[in-house]
Amino acid sequence: MIPPEVETTPDVAALKEFDPQAITAAKFDRGELTLWIEAPRIVPACEFLKVKRQYRYMSCLTAVDWYPAEPRFEVVYHLYAHAHHQRLRLKAKLYGENPAIASVTPVWRAANWFEREVFDLFGIRFEGHPNLTRILMPDDWQGHPLRKDYPVTGYR
Amino acid sequence: MGDTVTTPSGARTLLLNMGPQHPSTHGVLRLVLELDGETVVRATPDIGYLHTGIEKSMEDKTYHQAITLTDRIDYLCPMTNNLCFVLAAEKLLGIEPPPRAQFLRVALNELTRIQSHLVWLGTHAIDIGAMSVFLYCFREREQILNIFEMAAGQRMMTTYFRVGGLSMEPPLGFVERIRKFLSCFPDRIDEYEELLTRNRIWMARTKGVGFLSAEDALDFGVSGPSLRASGVDWDLRRDHPYSSYEKFSFNVPVSTEGDVYARYILRVAEMRESIKIVQQALDGLPEGPIKATAPGVVLPDREKMKTEMEALIYHFKIITEGYRVPPGEVYQAVESPRGEMGYYMVSDGTSHPYRVKVRSPSFANLQALPALAEGRLVADLIACIGSIDIVLGEIDR
Repeated sequence: MIPPEVETTPDVAALKEFDPQAITAAKFDRGELTLWIEAPRIVPACEFLKVKRQYRYMSCLTAVDWYPAEPRFEVVYHLYAHAHHQRLRLKAKLYGENPAIASVTPVWRAANWFEREVFDLFGIRFEGHPNLTRILMPDDWQGHPLRKDYPVTGYR
Repeated sequence: MGDTVTTPSGARTLLLNMGPQHPSTHGVLRLVLELDGETVVRATPDIGYLHTGIEKSMEDKTYHQAITLTDRIDYLCPMTNNLCFVLAAEKLLGIEPPPRAQFLRVALNELTRIQSHLVWLGTHAIDIGAMSVFLYCFREREQILNIFEMAAGQRMMTTYFRVGGLSMEPPLGFVERIRKFLSCFPDRIDEYEELLTRNRIWMARTKGVGFLSAEDALDFGVSGPSLRASGVDWDLRRDHPYSSYEKFSFNVPVSTEGDVYARYILRVAEMRESIKIVQQALDGLPEGPIKATAPGVVLPDREKMKTEMEALIYHFKIITEGYRVPPGEVYQAVESPRGEMGYYMVSDGTSHPYRVKVRSPSFANLQALPALAEGRLVADLIACIGSIDIVLGEIDR
């Protein structure tokens, strides 16, 4: 569902024209625009936003675990366009079983470490990532600490 | 030492481990260097030695408790972290702190910027071999830490900001203390500049070293002075004002040189701008309360707790179970001394944050380090690390 007040914003209109199926939902809340993007279409959508809408700066990439709901994971992209001082949040939903999404490192090199961090702490794989290894936890660590079914206290 | 490796081109290179316990890595950064003689062929940063799971811990704390964790993310700018966290929570709650609190927040944030830049300048200079600057910088930093202690009771882990305002009114003589510091500080900056800005050794070590183009900087997600040194005029304080920054007039220094020297010049210029901002904040400091009127979220005054039943109940409830925050998500970014410090906060309507992602500027800035240092000498690498001003606590969280 795309609310009518969001539908007419330049970013949404342009992205819809580029790929009518890309946006599955949208919301404008507390002054921030969020678009839910169909997970398999994330890379072309990002590429388009970078090239045509000047979102040349990816400020943050992270994930949220909605355990036990399904689809369990949301990968969250925060983009910024210096040309028109706009922020944009993209989200892609992933199912809990073997979560994977295409890497956006070809679009922004900044995504490299952010994706490694999400892989490390949430166990989401980023396909096509040049070096998808653990970044914060030790290499031989078992489990993914930021998942909601991972305990806060105790050793594993 | 290291192993020798033969590259596909037939050149023999040396793998050298630099850090994690190395004074010029500013914490516990490990760099795996591939060297051809003294030239860096490849530099691979390895991080995570300071990972303390702050984001996970926050999910287990109430919003009120989680503020204390934000100081520990970056020990050089506790106030900036406090501010970013409380702004995000305030945005979710829909609370606006009173003007006096906002002005004091601005003043303290700019002092934080000055003291962070002082530590950066001192350590950066010591890395490159200019010992004495460090001593002068820490002399002035001490005065700022004393100001923090006066307000918050703590020098480094201040936890002074609260959702809805400040924890308490600063004591008498606080403003005068800051004014006294500001009156002598411009001369002190001149002192540092005398030691470095036209120093031939300093210039030889920093000019043309560690070049980063605007294109690359944006692509790597670099922000703050490191981005502005590459010619991108972007400052969150001016472009997305928060905490009443729109009421202050200041310049944003920008350079197009993109080298270590440019980053040095910019940060020194930023300190001078920060003085102006603190000055304005003190001159225009409004009278009035330092906490918003939001019963149930903001802790009541001690006096009221002794006389009013409701105040006592609210106090008990905030401390024991916290306050519920409406469901939603916000991304709040502030300009920290190192760049875009962002908190992405997701609330599910309970009294604990469902998810807090700390977007730390150093994390993204450090990614650009290989681009700065590869193809240059090991000694230049040290200058490059210093010039992007990393804090490992913030990178690893």
